Amino acid sequence: MQHTPLHEAHLRLGAKMVDFGGWAMPVSYPGGIIDEHRATRQAVGVFDVCHMGEIHFRGERAAEAVQQLVTNDVGKLSDGRALYTVACLPTGGIVDDLIVYRISATHYLTVVNAANLVKDRAWFFEHARPLCDVTDASAETGLIAFQGPGAKHALQPLTKLPLGDLQSFAFVDRCEIAGVQASIARTGYTGEDGFEIFCAAEDAPALWDRLVEAAAGIGGKPAGLGARDTLRLEARLPLYGNDLDETTTPLEAGLGWVVKLDGAEFIGREALRAQKLAGVKRKLCGFEMTGRGIARHGYPLFDSDGRPSGTTTSGGPAPTLGKNIGLGYLPAELDRAGAHISVDCRGKRVDAEVVKGPFYKRGKA
Amino acid sequence: MSAQQYPDDLYYTKDHEWARLEDRDGQKLATIGVTRFAVDQLGDVTQVDLPKEGETVKQADVFGSVESVKAVSDLFAPLSGKIVKVNSPLSDSPEYVNEDPYDEGWMIQIAVGEAKELDGLLDAAAYQAFLREQGE
Repeated sequence: MQHTPLHEAHLRLGAKMVDFGGWAMPVSYPGGIIDEHRATRQAVGVFDVCHMGEIHFRGERAAEAVQQLVTNDVGKLSDGRALYTVACLPTGGIVDDLIVYRISATHYLTVVNAANLVKDRAWFFEHARPLCDVTDASAETGLIAFQGPGAKHALQPLTKLPLGDLQSFAFVDRCEIAGVQASIARTGYTGEDGFEIFCAAEDAPALWDRLVEAAAGIGGKPAGLGARDTLRLEARLPLYGNDLDETTTPLEAGLGWVVKLDGAEFIGREALRAQKLAGVKRKLCGFEMTGRGIARHGYPLFDSDGRPSGTTTSGGPAPTLGKNIGLGYLPAELDRAGAHISVDCRGKRVDAEVVKGPFYKRGKA
Repeated sequence: MSAQQYPDDLYYTKDHEWARLEDRDGQKLATIGVTRFAVDQLGDVTQVDLPKEGETVKQADVFGSVESVKAVSDLFAPLSGKIVKVNSPLSDSPEYVNEDPYDEGWMIQIAVGEAKELDGLLDAAAYQAFLREQGE
């Protein structure tokens, strides 16, 4: 199993470690998932995301090389700006979801899911290497997420960079945070304001300790993959491998907003155009359990007449809402607020209701 | 591991349930729950599904389930018998299982049908030896 540079720190903190796609990762620390979830919603959570993949594209044709791989419009990025997107197969199926950062006109960075790194690297090398230099810097790169309503306040004392000037999906490539050379982006995966901080892998432990200390000062704490999952689900952010995979398209997954069919050419565009024209038959829907039960990945879904209608892709308790929620693919006609469905929870049919939009939305700061 | 984590007066199973035996009017009653180890593995418990009073359970069969934030786990009966009491407050306060697994977090109480089934259960020392064997 692979270890992140923060492995020792997790053990020291008493984390419960699990195998996550070949990585030993903290699922939670001794306070537990719900405690970490609340700390992130109320103050700040510190997350080890060093396992994620960083692939750099460098050269005169770097923009073109990245653009052909992703559905969003890379051309609209300026230096210091990032965007969320997906990479597709020619079939329109999703290879991965990722963030593209424009460091300069000749240097782009993509951050991809850890479990997909080997696949993505091969796919990116195959399609982009004819156009530019492509390198996988994942092993040398540390990445820590600092997420929550108190993130800016708690982080500011550690850097001269005016964090308030950093807009959502903006980043600064070179700066100093807690005495460590770093890059910082106003991005995240929790539904809260927050930052993701890149540094050299060997600097990650020192940075982690300072961030944990800064978090503790405002009632925040380290948070594991368990809380990361409940937080992202409440915010209705999809998880690759659960809600997205090579058999689902971004149009089905509700990610039409990152698909620019009229922009530059990219792999999968024709298939997605055809799907849009024909009409999307199934949609990734959010639902809330109205009966007593918790939907889990893989549980079958039924319409109000009891007909098999799809499968749960993510599900669990929503600690902020005090409800049980889920995501799953359903026929497009069921994608309306209040549509009655039911979930087969291990042989027991439990009622649920379709919900539009995020389950949880943070208040305006 | 301290004795408090695995009280000496309980019987244990390798599925991480415990049973507390008592005699009442000549009838052997067993109160049943899950161990501290099980609770630590589960994390925050958010829902407990239990059978009804009057139903019967069979040793080693599933009698209910516990949902934690991350996953659902089956509960296995340490002994056979008829359910005489269910800890119904758990349906509104599943956190009792985390906070106090051997007391407030108990799950069902049964009238023991087959006293000889007790021979197949572990005492606290044997259960802790079993946990050590498993690398825990």
